Amino acid sequence: SKDEQNLLADGKIERTPTYCEMCFWKCAGWVYKKDGKPWKIIGNPDDPNSRGRFCPRGTGGIGAYTDPDRLKKPLLRVEKNGKQVFKEVSWDEALDFIAGRMKDIAQKHGPECIALFSHGSGGSYFKTLLHAFGSNNVAAPSYAQCRGPREEAYMLTFGEAVGSPERTDIINAKCLVLLGSHIGENMHNGQVQEFSEAVAHGATVITVDPRFSTAASKSKYWLPIKPGTDLALLLAWIHVIIYEELYDKEYVKKYTFGFEQLKEALKDKTPEWAYPITTIKPHVIRQTAREMAKNAPATIVHPGRHVTWYGDDTQRVRAGAILNALLGSWGRRGGFYFPSKAHLPKMPIPKFPNVKRDWRKAFPNKYPVAHLALSSGICDATIPSPERECSFKGWIVYGTNLPMTLPQPEKTLEAIQHLELLVAIDILPAEITGWADVVLPECTYLERYDNLRLSPGRVPSIALRAPAFEPKYESKPAYWMARELAKRLGLEDYFPAKTIEEYLDYQLKAIGSSLEEMKKIGVKLLPEEAQKLYLEDGEDFEFPTPTGKIELYSTILDEYGFDPIPQYTAHEEPPEGYYRLLYGRAPMHTFGRTTNNPNLHDLMEENTVWINSKVAKQWGIKNGEYITLENQDGVRSTPVKAKVTERIRHDAVFMVHGFGHSDKRLRRAYGKGADDQRLITRVKIDPLMGGTGMRVNFVTFRKEEA
Amino acid sequence: MPRYAMAIDTKRCVGCADCVVACQTENDVPIGYCRDWIVQETTGSFPELYLEIRSERCNHCEDAPCVRTCPTGASHIAEGGIVLVEHDDCIGCKACIESCPYDARFVHPEGYIDKCTFCIHRVKEGKDPACVSVCPTHAMIFGDLEDPNSEISRALRTRKYKVLIPEAGTTPHVYYLL
Repeated sequence: SKDEQNLLADGKIERTPTYCEMCFWKCAGWVYKKDGKPWKIIGNPDDPNSRGRFCPRGTGGIGAYTDPDRLKKPLLRVEKNGKQVFKEVSWDEALDFIAGRMKDIAQKHGPECIALFSHGSGGSYFKTLLHAFGSNNVAAPSYAQCRGPREEAYMLTFGEAVGSPERTDIINAKCLVLLGSHIGENMHNGQVQEFSEAVAHGATVITVDPRFSTAASKSKYWLPIKPGTDLALLLAWIHVIIYEELYDKEYVKKYTFGFEQLKEALKDKTPEWAYPITTIKPHVIRQTAREMAKNAPATIVHPGRHVTWYGDDTQRVRAGAILNALLGSWGRRGGFYFPSKAHLPKMPIPKFPNVKRDWRKAFPNKYPVAHLALSSGICDATIPSPERECSFKGWIVYGTNLPMTLPQPEKTLEAIQHLELLVAIDILPAEITGWADVVLPECTYLERYDNLRLSPGRVPSIALRAPAFEPKYESKPAYWMARELAKRLGLEDYFPAKTIEEYLDYQLKAIGSSLEEMKKIGVKLLPEEAQKLYLEDGEDFEFPTPTGKIELYSTILDEYGFDPIPQYTAHEEPPEGYYRLLYGRAPMHTFGRTTNNPNLHDLMEENTVWINSKVAKQWGIKNGEYITLENQDGVRSTPVKAKVTERIRHDAVFMVHGFGHSDKRLRRAYGKGADDQRLITRVKIDPLMGGTGMRVNFVTFRKEEA
Repeated sequence: MPRYAMAIDTKRCVGCADCVVACQTENDVPIGYCRDWIVQETTGSFPELYLEIRSERCNHCEDAPCVRTCPTGASHIAEGGIVLVEHDDCIGCKACIESCPYDARFVHPEGYIDKCTFCIHRVKEGKDPACVSVCPTHAMIFGDLEDPNSEISRALRTRKYKVLIPEAGTTPHVYYLL
């Protein structure tokens, strides 16, 4: 508005472009200061990821900056009177210590015995550092603990991953099928915006979930499926689509491979077969399949995001991919579009050294389909074992709170005991920083530059993150830390720009912009790199799979000796008196990393455990009462408030993930709610790609002793 | 004279609470307090359920009991029907809090009574209130009921809607599209 322009002109208000780091959707926006003080963060209307509107976490990003509990100085673990304590040290001392230990490990065991766990923008500089050092063991829990099975399932079927932001054309969809997907509770901004728009325009939403989720409440059909049986439902849907001849015949003929084998393999997988398994009535299965077909190809069977549930996840997600192929929705309007990729030139650096061993060597002949390192795998391979010639000796952990992120936290802690170096780089104290040898305080995204955000999508775009504030305390940006370490390790040539500003300006000039211009506009679309979003009618198209077709029958899985067409296997059921532990998201939090944020903590300060009303009555549990949960292995949660509700089945309970922090230095979040991860002492590993299925734990209720 | 009102589309709203945070940052509402909030109301029993998600705030009532009960005139109806509290005139007696059927008011730590202002400072500049302007699902509409062509007038003509606690007889001006 005019007034705002005037205030900006007199310097009463200042604004700095950023892209958000409160989750990983990376919405671009503006950080405002009023009279020199932090004021608010607002979406940038030119940004395709946010369309000018942030979610509560983005709006509450100011709280990440103001949080008084932030890490303030580098910390080094030292022995004092026989006790281990943290000592505040200078940056030089902390960095010298890390570089020294890294050299020792490289000399004794090889540089590849150091691994990086990373989640977040600054992790890329440590990735460069590690590659330069001679290790390519770089893992993110977002793979084996989250969306890995989805990416592999789509690679196997279509030859391409789904990617993030998802290539789902929800805004143009007429039918959207969600399986356990928490859109609306999981605030991936652009996707939620499109979902709401689709709902408002009357799209048919079919939600399969044991819980009446926000998305279920907006659906025409809610299928309260028995947990663990989604694959049976998907196979029955495929059966109906094939045997009622509802599939896109031309598309299937032209683009797919293995239709006849699929048809034969699923001939018995009728809705009547699926009914006793899933508890979904056959006429509902038929009716919903017909809805999908009626709206095809503008039907999306959503691939999900967090899909590491039962250990057969790649196969389950693949069944959804096959359904999409039969409906002809891949590469079609209202289905899945072909995202445009954007490119930025990189400053030339020397070639990375060849590595002798990578994480795969730790697991001979296992997980052949995996494309990325497994966090859980690196954790396992840190515990010495005769099956490995060498185990990991050093971890650099950037922005991932491993004890609350990886399942089986006891194993993570055991692995940590075998390390010679554990570096944690974070903004806030967290469980992981408590176990580190060295803690490096990073400044928040509001106090630093980072790499340009390069987003694929309908039109590719770049966004700039510039510092709105000076780094508080002695915190530093990751680029500076990684480069300082590189200098100490003789690897400075891999960080040719002295400052990140220099690097960004180099990249921006190469595409006809500049740092100066980007500071004014924040976001730039790259329409010259946009490609067409959909297939043209009857267009010849070669899919990047071995057969060049969409593989209903997977030749890769066949070669590795896995089921080329997904098969249903029954999963273990909860014993008497136990309930399956389900977990998920809340819109105002990103896992445990926001629960201490002053603004966001206020919106939801603790999690609750959802218990079906009838079950609660049997146990004499009242709404709002604090109880503890005990899992099948006797592990107990911290006290958590019961939410007695009709909105969940009788055989499962649900909690929002990320609560129950045990680190007292998180003064707001400490001791509030319960940590679901602590109860996940058991996992089922996906034999295809190593994902950790985590919905295989059962809990019972224990009343709190007064 | 305009008559400002807000409509919230319960179909679009996912209850993310972005409106709550945006209000806090825009209006410097101290941590621990809020001028707007989210309500989720479930009806029915498993598996026949209905969930209504609402962003709630002061209803800027036509016949506002808070204004009637205010002994100093601090609570008043300003331009466009917006109910405001003049902080300097407020003695913090809480009569308005008692009388508000919507529980929309609180005592600010500085001693005066505080509540939603429909972001009158923004409205005067021709902008939407902060909550409306940030809503990622475009679930909120703000505008002038006197203008038949405003988006809100059109929404109330074409959609089913309700107000909260109509039996209180206060003629609220926050509408919920169903």
